[in-house]
Amino acid sequence: MMKYFPQAFLGLLVSVPFWLTDSYMLHILITTGIFIIAAMSLNLLLGYTGQLSLGHVAFFGIGAYGSALTSLGFEITLPGGIPLGVSPKPVWFAMLVGIVAAGFTGWAIGKLAFRVRGAYFVIVSISFAEVVRLVAVNWVELTQGPMALNNIPVLRLGWGSAEVAFLRKPAFYWLVLAVGTVCYIIISRLVSSRAGRAMIALRENEPLAMSVGVDVTRYLVLATIVSAAMAGSAGALYTHYIRIVDPDIFLFVYTVTMVIMVVTGGKGTLAGPIVGGVIFGLIPELLRTMAIKPEVQWIIYGVVMVLVVYFLPMGIVPALRNWRGGQQASSTAAASGPQMEGAGK
Amino acid sequence: MLVIDRLQCNYGKVQAVRSMSIEVRPGELVTLIGANGAGKSTTLKAISGLVKPAAGSIKLEGRDITGAPPHEILQLGISHCPEGRRVFPHMTVRENLEMGCYLRTDAQGIAEDMDSMLDRFPILRQRQDQAAGTLSGGEQQMLAISRALMSRPKLVLFDEPSLGLAPNIVDATFDIIRQVRADGVTVVMVEQNAFAALDLCDRAYVLEQGSVTLSGTGEELLDNPHVRSAYLGM
Repeated sequence: MMKYFPQAFLGLLVSVPFWLTDSYMLHILITTGIFIIAAMSLNLLLGYTGQLSLGHVAFFGIGAYGSALTSLGFEITLPGGIPLGVSPKPVWFAMLVGIVAAGFTGWAIGKLAFRVRGAYFVIVSISFAEVVRLVAVNWVELTQGPMALNNIPVLRLGWGSAEVAFLRKPAFYWLVLAVGTVCYIIISRLVSSRAGRAMIALRENEPLAMSVGVDVTRYLVLATIVSAAMAGSAGALYTHYIRIVDPDIFLFVYTVTMVIMVVTGGKGTLAGPIVGGVIFGLIPELLRTMAIKPEVQWIIYGVVMVLVVYFLPMGIVPALRNWRGGQQASSTAAASGPQMEGAGK
Repeated sequence: MLVIDRLQCNYGKVQAVRSMSIEVRPGELVTLIGANGAGKSTTLKAISGLVKPAAGSIKLEGRDITGAPPHEILQLGISHCPEGRRVFPHMTVRENLEMGCYLRTDAQGIAEDMDSMLDRFPILRQRQDQAAGTLSGGEQQMLAISRALMSRPKLVLFDEPSLGLAPNIVDATFDIIRQVRADGVTVVMVEQNAFAALDLCDRAYVLEQGSVTLSGTGEELLDNPHVRSAYLGM
């Protein structure tokens, strides 16, 4: 029965716009879905290679700006008086540009991660996101700074009468679902492959991974590129849905949201970011519909988060798995705590 | 088989290994003994490529491997069994063994080696689907040694194989290493337990402050007055 659970769950998700007619709820599902894609991409780095990227929002924002700028077109003057102009491009192409731009940034950051690990990587990633935000604020000629890029076109696919515009909410919901499904499949293929095994080995014991012949740099860079490109795709979706993008897209709180989704759901599990994302994406809205005051909403949000982290430190998905697996699985989990890390010393 | 000539390794400004020259012949069991900070582990790391030497050369069967990346050195037949955290704790026993042949592509050979390894250590077969972190210290060491052998090495480097193990497990571990050598694999071992190491080895080098101060067969060094007073406490 559990075997077909992913397919059944996907089927349920596909059916949502047919029975959920409340357009506001659909909007919440769309934005939550976009954040779940970003959280899945963060999970690849945090959960599988063990590197905490606290500047993950940078990739998201670069995807958003890259896609917005390419679809709007821009004219700037580079230092030295060299003019550079890009005419407006179709949105599907612009989104690809955004994804590639984010992936390329991921490559650069991944190269850097080769030199700095742990706490240093965390600091480098935070600073990187801040630098990108400052560029977005101050390079007014390109980004319009705090005035924001407006009137970002919607995605249209197909030609003539067969053209589909992703303007209305159900259509966009399915687009997010499709991109999310593709990302999920890519991640699940990747982590069960040889490369994925290398990433997990790197997380578990880096010196040992090197000594069994894992080319650590190569797999770190690969993971960062894939992760950044996926975060970029989420950003590109966001920008053509909201249709306005300003430097606030680089706010630290978005990274924190992604980390919360990954950690509470269960880092290093495929379903973790989805479960965490659904719960922490929808809690504030559900509380709002229950007519609870905003201050109280966020207190409840915080309390739920603390309870999850306190009682299910490995995350919701691993906890459910242990509960289902019974005795044998729980004995494995007992060894999973951080206290085992130094056991060999 | 392995010739190390005037090897020098630095950690920042600290010279961990200065002018180390060591030779290992095919089929030998060579051990490096010395106090903490003598440069034993660093020498092994330089051989397997985990540390880049500052000067000197390392040759395997006449081929210069100085400063080559670890995965290339492993492919040339040198396997490293590091000290400290010896296994991937959240991976199963079987997955740990699979990591040992990460660079191998001959599926059938891997399956055969896996089978023979699990035959050799029945406790590992029994626990093959268990997370490696749940094994006892001795079992983890057994797993680490088996994993090092899964790459079908010509030369295995053991770093402090007895460290942190109960005395009866230490004996079992040395028995396994003796067995590895009997199977025709050349062994270089770093060991603080000087008496056991000298008893086990063919030849030994005594390292002090980053260079070799004495060398000879195990028996010779066991009889050497300096070694007896400094390392054996006699």
